[in-house]
Amino acid sequence: MTLRDAVTAETARADVALATPARGIGDRLRSAALTAYPFVVVGAMWEIVAHLGIFPPRLFPTLEEVAATFVRLTVMGILPHHALETLARLSAGFALAAVAGVVIGIAMGRSRRAEDIFLPLVSIIAPIPGIAYAPLFLLWFGLGNFATVLLVGFASSFAVIINTWTGVKAVKEIWVRSAQSMGADNRRLFRLVILPGALPYIFTGLRLGMAQAWRILVVVEMLAGVQWGLGWMIFGAREFLNTDVMLAGVAVIGIIGLVLEKHVFQRLEDYTVVRWGMMEQ
Amino acid sequence: MPHIEIRDVSLIYDTPSGSVPGVQGVSFSIEPSEFLCIVGPSGCGKSTLLNIIAGFLMPTGGEIRIGGKIITGHGMDRGVVFQDFAQLFPWRTALANVTFGLEMKGISKAEREKIALEQLRLVKLDKFVRSYPHHLSGGMQQRVAIARALAYNPSVLLMDEPFAALDALTRDEMQRLLADVWRETKKTVIYVTHNVAEAVYLADRVVVMTPHPGTVKTEIPIRLARPRDPLSVEFLEHQKELLRHLGGEAGKA
Amino acid sequence: MSANTERMRSYRRAAVTLLVVAALYEASARSGYFAPALLPTLPTIGRTLFAMLLDGSMLGHALYTFYRVMFGFGLAIVVALPLGILMGRFRTVEGFFLPLASALMPVPSLAWVPVFILWFGLGNTTTVLVVFYAATFPMLLNTWSGVRSVNPLWLRAAGTMGADENAMFWKVIIPGASPFIITGMRQAFLRAWIAVVGAEMIAASNWGLGWVIFDAKEFLNTDIMLASLAVIGFIGFVFERLVFGSLERATIQRWGMVRAAKS
Repeated sequence: MTLRDAVTAETARADVALATPARGIGDRLRSAALTAYPFVVVGAMWEIVAHLGIFPPRLFPTLEEVAATFVRLTVMGILPHHALETLARLSAGFALAAVAGVVIGIAMGRSRRAEDIFLPLVSIIAPIPGIAYAPLFLLWFGLGNFATVLLVGFASSFAVIINTWTGVKAVKEIWVRSAQSMGADNRRLFRLVILPGALPYIFTGLRLGMAQAWRILVVVEMLAGVQWGLGWMIFGAREFLNTDVMLAGVAVIGIIGLVLEKHVFQRLEDYTVVRWGMMEQ
Repeated sequence: MPHIEIRDVSLIYDTPSGSVPGVQGVSFSIEPSEFLCIVGPSGCGKSTLLNIIAGFLMPTGGEIRIGGKIITGHGMDRGVVFQDFAQLFPWRTALANVTFGLEMKGISKAEREKIALEQLRLVKLDKFVRSYPHHLSGGMQQRVAIARALAYNPSVLLMDEPFAALDALTRDEMQRLLADVWRETKKTVIYVTHNVAEAVYLADRVVVMTPHPGTVKTEIPIRLARPRDPLSVEFLEHQKELLRHLGGEAGKA
Repeated sequence: MSANTERMRSYRRAAVTLLVVAALYEASARSGYFAPALLPTLPTIGRTLFAMLLDGSMLGHALYTFYRVMFGFGLAIVVALPLGILMGRFRTVEGFFLPLASALMPVPSLAWVPVFILWFGLGNTTTVLVVFYAATFPMLLNTWSGVRSVNPLWLRAAGTMGADENAMFWKVIIPGASPFIITGMRQAFLRAWIAVVGAEMIAASNWGLGWVIFDAKEFLNTDIMLASLAVIGFIGFVFERLVFGSLERATIQRWGMVRAAKS
């Protein structure tokens, strides 16, 4: 059982079948075809329904139309603009959550006093879905970027806090004893033993926090009255029945979500906890 | 003057069902460069006693002197090797694990790597200095742990069943290696085990402990020439004697 | 004994912390620096909550939300549980649905709300479908990996004791996969609960806890917002701890298949 399973069993295990190691080129082609065929089947069904005209074409566009819209919006620079604004908000909100979450989590793990102060608050605030705070934040801080970033940071910080706290508490007693017997003082014990020892949990927290930030940001953009952003783009497209724009936007949201989940911390983890054998990949 | 003196040491645990004596009235002393084994069945308080000597637990009665000074906590005059392979820091290579104590002492990087290399050579791991612990076998990890405990040159080496989790063949090999390391470094060693043959092979003197409460039953000197032959008649005699002491206790219980 | 005093001590400290935070909030609400409409006092929030409970409107909102979340969640279980089991047992089913699930899972469920509004209009259908989407994937993937991770020794042991396909399935595979299935249900409900609140804000009309919070923003009814937040937190807590907690205690914890909850 890996650490990640202990904290969350949900983060994509689904890539197992997608990533079966293929030896030769023939094998690789075969596995690519195997992965592609469900999409071909579903795509074909979609096309048949769309071309039969069962539903109004504005509401149920063909895949060619969606693809054409995707290309058109990309070439015009509209889609990249929306995506960049969204990513900027995500970075700001997540950075807030990461810094505050790691600091509070470590404080809670290290000091009884901090634990007594933060734990009751965290256990009351965290179980309420982050999105439920959206109207409150918009009311208090006004529509726009500030409230959006603040809410994304607020909502995604709890995963970071809880995992960091757990990680600091889960540092093996035997490491602490070994280090103490070798003469480590408190400061060096923290920097050289507790921090690296808690790292697998901290990474898990950051991953979960990032995923949460992404989920909530897309909705908040629909509500917060911002001018640009993928959430706003798909929400605004509703007014003009631009289903093709919406579906193109959903696809981009999915792709970015996938990249964030799979690759952002991957290299950092490979270089540290995976190399140290503290987390399986 | 003995190197380590243990005088009337007791430790009482507070548990929900009342106070339980873990160790009671234990006294003995260890000469410089002596190899002392503490043998006893599980639950006899031998590991507790070792943790008190290491300074991780405070005794509720009695005192321990090392070189005449009363100990009040852990210190760099003692190196500790535990049973658990996980004692190594997974985020440090074998070499960086061994340099840890030297780093705490503030020794320069070049110097500490030189010393650590020597120590790793002593435990025959000079080929694996750059490996991370999870790439090493259990026996190799315990060798790194020994090198790590020796590297900052403590005068005492405390070992808590370091080979108990290894397979029999590896354990034999490790015992030979430890005997060689001890001969070369001349540390004072306190070694806790429940394995009688291991005690006879390694020790100058064996302290036999019995449980409920943990007390010293007897001390048996082992005056066999080294390197010892585990199949010799004298060796087996010592082994029988130790088993008699332990078995008598088990019979009574 | 000492563990008990320890627990009492931490309860006391938690109470002190919460009282201090409440006092700070009350002080800033009464300080006059902020508009009372934006920062209502605690008695005001309490009165609002009480009034909404008394006139039944809070119950109505909660029931609507509950209906939508249970409908979507139930649908997700009905679809994902059998599908996940089939995926775990048959390579062809796995080969078809796993790539699709991996592609759809990274899309946040709430991103579909505008699309579903266009297709199904405002109201229940859209909300239920969004909840269904959110709950399906945790359920599906956990069931699938649970079935795959059933200890092969159990299968062999049951086989030597003469279990046929049917007995193997009901008496070995299902209980063996149950830690994952229950984890899946827990995560699915958590996702569903988030999704229903978000979807109601955008897609519901007139009823639902998510809608009432969002609607309260229009009229600066911060007290209604905070009162509804408390109800949302309470229902989430009841489900997480009482429903799934006792389900776990009655099954996998009794069998020693997981340690007690980490927190």
